[in-house]
Parts: sequence; structure tokens; C-alpha cells
Amino acid sequence: MERNGHGPLNEIVLMRSLSPEIKLYKVKSPLIAKKRKAGQFVVVRLDERGERIPLTIADSDPQGGTITLVVQEVGATTKRMGMLREGDKLWDVVGPLGKPTEIENFGRVVCVGGGVGNAVVYPIAQAMKAAGNRVISIIGARTKDLLVLEEENRAVSDELFVTTDDGSYGRHGFVTDELAKVLQDGPRVDLVVAIGPAIMMKAVCDLTKNYHIPTVVSLNSIMVDATGMCGACRVEVGGKTKFVCVDGPEFDGHQVDFDLLMARLRMYLPEEQQAMEVLEQKAEAR
Amino acid sequence: MAEKKKLNLKREPIPRQDPHLRAHNFDEVALGYSVDQAKREADRCLGCKKPRCVAGCPVEVDIPGFIGRIQEGDFIGGARVIKETNSLPAICGRVCPQEDQCEKLCILAKKGAAVAIGRLERFVADYEAQHQAVEIPPRAPSTGKKVAVVGAGPAGLTVAGDLAKLGHGVTIFEALHEPGGVLIYGIPEFRLPKVIVKREVDYITSLGVELKLSFVVGQTQTVDEFLNSGYDAVFLGNGAGLPYFMNIPGENYNGVYSANEFLTRSNLMKAFQFPEYDTPIKMGRRVAVVGGGNVAMDSLRTALRLGAEKVTCVYRRSRAEMPAREEEIENAEEEGIEFKLLTNPISIQGNEQGWVKGMECVRMELGSPDESGRRRPVPIKGSEFVMDVDQVIVAIGQGANPLVAATTSGLETNKWGYIVADPLTGVTSKEGVYAGGDIVTGAATVILAMGAGRNTARAIDVYLRGKRSA
Repeated sequence: MERNGHGPLNEIVLMRSLSPEIKLYKVKSPLIAKKRKAGQFVVVRLDERGERIPLTIADSDPQGGTITLVVQEVGATTKRMGMLREGDKLWDVVGPLGKPTEIENFGRVVCVGGGVGNAVVYPIAQAMKAAGNRVISIIGARTKDLLVLEEENRAVSDELFVTTDDGSYGRHGFVTDELAKVLQDGPRVDLVVAIGPAIMMKAVCDLTKNYHIPTVVSLNSIMVDATGMCGACRVEVGGKTKFVCVDGPEFDGHQVDFDLLMARLRMYLPEEQQAMEVLEQKAEAR
Repeated sequence: MAEKKKLNLKREPIPRQDPHLRAHNFDEVALGYSVDQAKREADRCLGCKKPRCVAGCPVEVDIPGFIGRIQEGDFIGGARVIKETNSLPAICGRVCPQEDQCEKLCILAKKGAAVAIGRLERFVADYEAQHQAVEIPPRAPSTGKKVAVVGAGPAGLTVAGDLAKLGHGVTIFEALHEPGGVLIYGIPEFRLPKVIVKREVDYITSLGVELKLSFVVGQTQTVDEFLNSGYDAVFLGNGAGLPYFMNIPGENYNGVYSANEFLTRSNLMKAFQFPEYDTPIKMGRRVAVVGGGNVAMDSLRTALRLGAEKVTCVYRRSRAEMPAREEEIENAEEEGIEFKLLTNPISIQGNEQGWVKGMECVRMELGSPDESGRRRPVPIKGSEFVMDVDQVIVAIGQGANPLVAATTSGLETNKWGYIVADPLTGVTSKEGVYAGGDIVTGAATVILAMGAGRNTARAIDVYLRGKRSA
């Protein structure tokens, strides 16, 4: 029985801290590296007792057979993932999952990223640029230390704006402040892609709705099997129930019920807290 | 001679865990026959010359043959007889709806209780395993042909086992991280212990079948890629799986689970052992499960075992129309599950934080028969009421998972998304591609999926033997 049926071993060949809570991993997974397109994700499990978590693929190297994951340590599983080292192996890596981003020459595309979303929006900006779009990127973070992939995003964008909530770097404010300026002052924008915390994507959609600019968001709901079998990830889009794992992860942001998404993301907060406490106790006992 | 035997119309009861105890543990409910009990039950079989029971079995097990071995005390021989046509007897003995198949046709059922064929099947399979007598059957010489099997559930495992015995090279691709499909994520431990599934999967791999896990066909690789990279045939046994919801207001509140999610969290992810296992599960105090099938029974009884105070089955028709096995309904009743029959949910109510706080239902009555032949439930005007629940589990069936069909060129599906395949041969609209199980029929039973697998394996074998080597 081959545990990782699609490739050798899921070894972490490179691991690097991008910020105090965000790490970049290059993971050996040749079949996924070859197959994956911008916007798709993998499901990762750390060990036999591990939960299945979805992580967006930030990049891939089909020749080298690796995929790049950029992970924010928000819960016990991602924290434990951060304690792994180069040479360690992930227990399961499943994918690529979800539908790829629709890439075509739309014209002027604004890519908005927030927090770890800057890693998710990067491959999309890259693909949009390659398809001939004029790409304007707006990336933001709470503070300078948490800003990731600035150089990567800059390299695939015609223009790049940076914001931090606390003003420690770039423009003081939210990505939506910068976006409002681009929409107001600049030439007509044909498409906005927004990826980040649900509250940020909601704010972006509220703004672009006024300008009637099509807006694509990538949703980060809780998943179990991630192949359409369980419905844990369901959201409402245009009043209809959709499964993020097979119908998404990208949707028309103007149709998404973000309040419902946010409520569902809070579903397991007490358990997440409990898992963190268990992890901390284990760390202390060591 | 056998016909002259005195008829014994009473079946040997199977020992079960006490309902009060078992409502709080996940151990198997039915404990299985002892040797003496099995022999007593087997002695009731008349060994009919023209056995009606065999015709009721989707995989045509030689039922009088294996029961005859039990009568002779040759229990291992009995297991071998079954395995000639059924690779997974320990599973079928536990989860087949025998009362609608072999046992329904048993001649004794005309005057009394049918021979307990399922319990005897389970007995010989367990006996063989406990005595480490499981033998790997001889494999035909290698044909050099390669078959990709999609899905390690009942259909896929059966096809794989049969084709391997015939000398073909078989690889199973399974999307989840454990093999078994619904046997692992769907059916709970108390009805089908996972060590038995593992045992049967090990038996299939011992036949030389290769098993690749965490491989999502349609995403990791497509069927067309398989056919272009050296596979001579592909069998699609990826199952139904897209859970249906009721499409009523409030269905996405926190605390509403599909049965698939609820059971997967508990069975596959072992959420009942959180935080030793990472995956959590929310347990309500007052739980309603909507639906009347086996999956609903499994969900009800799992909720009870996870500690819910009150667990209620909400079903829109009457008990007579419930699709669940009678035995499972009785088990649920004994354990203290409440049944609100002729009741249909119309909305789910939530609190300010988006959590379930109640479910509005309407009473139903049975009208004239619908296309399924069952009397159609009709709402009684003005009978609406609110059930005080904090968790709702929706177990009303499931549709076709689109991942494989959507990525396979030239594969015909019907209007519900199920793959169109010949029921006898599994032949699809695409050459070299076969399908069987729930992805063809819609959610059905383990044994029907295995029956489809068995027939399809024969057809694939014929196809491969006619196909010239590349």
C-alpha cells in the first residue's frame, strides 16, 4: 500500500521563515507540481492522527518536482507544521484540488492580497501577467514584519502598492484604501482579484460593487475530504449553496455571503483553542 | 433426503451487546454466533435442490454449499465456498440487507423465519480469520495487462480482487488516506469494525493488487492520462458522494452537518477521540437526524454514542416506508432513539451567532402512491411546530460526484450526473472504461456495488483478452 500514491514521500526540501508567523515550504510532489494551475490547493495531513487542512499552492517547479506552500501559523496543525525541518516528510499531500483560476486577457487587473493571501494571490498575478494583462497589485499586512512575497509580487506586477495597518511600512491603512484610490483616479479596471482574510475580501467586494467591477475571491473555508463528499466547506453564493472544494475555491465575490462564511469559520474556535493548549503543554513538558 | 428433515421455523438469536451499555461505546453491537449456535442455525437449512436464496444474491454465493459445510463442521471450508464468488464475506455478513435478498427468498420464510444466511456468512468468515486459515488463492499467470481502478470502496475492491486473480495487473487509486470507501468513512465501528475492513483490504492486496492512496482521479491524474500511459482499461467505482441538503432556510447554520461530514469526522478522522486526534466534531445536546435510511440510522446511533442527550429521527413517511434495514431500526429503538415519523423539516432556526437553536417541522400524512410506488407524504396544513434541537444532521441521500466524469472525454452521464453504464457489464460510452457501484446507480448498498464489480470484472477480462498487446 502506497500512502502517498502520487509521488515520493512529500519531503520538505526547503523551509524558510517569511515572517514571525508565516513560513514557506518547498515540498517534493512531482505529480502535483506538474499538474497544478494557479488558484488550486492541496490538502495536507501531518501524521496518522492529523486533520486534513487545505493549503493553497503558491508556486511550483515542474522540473524539480516541488510545490511551494506559504503557511500562516494560525492553529495547532500549522504551528506543528512550523516545527518540522527540512528533510522531514508530510504524511499526506493530496491534490491539486479545486478549480484553477480563470486566466485570460481581461485588460487591467488589480490583484489584492492581505496577510498570507499575498502568497495565494502571487501565482494568479503571475498568470494574469503572462496572459497579457496589465497587473496592478495591492498587498497589505497588519505590520511590516508580516508582509510576505513583496519582491515576488513586484516582479509579476506592472505596479505594486503596499499597505500596513499600523503604518510601519508602505501606505498607512488597509488595502481597500489603496484600492479606492486606484479605482477612483486610474483608468477603468476590468477585474479585481482579492485574496485574504474574509473580512478583507468582504470590504473589497463592498467597494468594487459600487464601481460594478467584476471581483473574484478565493475562499478559505473549513474542509474535511476536500473532494466534494462532505459539505463542510459549503458557502452561499448568489443564494445557492456551493462547495468551496469542488465548485471553488474562487467565486464571484459580489455573490458571496461573507457573514455566513465568517460565522462558519468560527465554528470550531473552542476546539482550536483547546488544541493549542494541548500543544503548548506538550512543548512545556519537553 | 434433506427435504424430509423436520422443519425448524425458529432462528437462533444472535447475541448482542446490552442496549444500555452499547449506547455509550463504539464496540460492535452484534457479537456473532458461537460454534454451537452456528451449527444449530445451519441445521435449519434444508439444502434445497433448487435453492431460491442464491437467486437473491447479487454475487451468487453458493449458499446451500457453504451452509452444508457448516453442518459438517467444516467452517473453513464454508468460508472458501463463499470466497469463490465473494471476496468480502466478513463485510457482507454484517452489512448486506439479507432480509431483502437471499433470506427473503428462503423457503422457510414462507412459514417462519428464514435461515440466518448473513449471520452464518459472518460466522465462517470470522472463524477463518480467527484461525489464521485465510489462504491466498492461486493467481492465473500474468497477462501483462494493466487496469486502473478508481476508488477503494466495495465495487473497486471487488473488481480489483477478481481481475488480479485472473492474472491482470491492477492498481487501485483512492482519494482518501485510507482504503475502504464507505466501509471506512461511512459505516460506523459498532456495525462494521474497521479491523475487519482492514483484513479484507489486506486480502485484496495479498492478491497482488497495488493500492495508491491520497490520489484524486480527475485532479491528480485523469482517466485519459491513465489510458494514454499504459493502462489497458479503467474501472470507475468512485461512488456517489455529493451530499444532498434539503434546500430549506437556515441549512448552513453552524451545527448543521451532512451525514457524510458527521460520519466522516467520527469514523475516518476519529474525531470522537479529539484532541488525541486533531479533527474536532461538534456534539449537540438535542440532535435531530433527518432521513430514514441506513445512513440516518448510523448517524443517530453515532450521535448517541458521542454523548447527545436526546437523539431524534425525523422522517417524512411512516415506519413501513423507511429504507433502513429493519434490524438497524430495531437496534436504534432499543438504544433509546426517538422517532418522529410523518414529519418534515421546513426551516432551521439560528441564534445571533449563527448556531442552530431549533427546527421548524410540519406533520405529514400519506397520500396516493408516487412514482416510487410508496405513498406520497403530504403536509397537513396548520400542523407546523418547532423542535427544540441544537444540532441537525441531514441524511437524505447523495448525488454523483462530478470530479471524474467532468475530466474524462467522451464519457456519457445521465441528467443526475451518474455515469451511464450497462448494468450487466459496466460498459460505458468510452472504450476501455467501465463503471459500477453508486456512481452508476446512485446511492445503493455495499453488495449491489460488489455485484456490479463482479460482473464488470468478467467483462473487463473478456475485453482485455481480446485486446492485442500494444
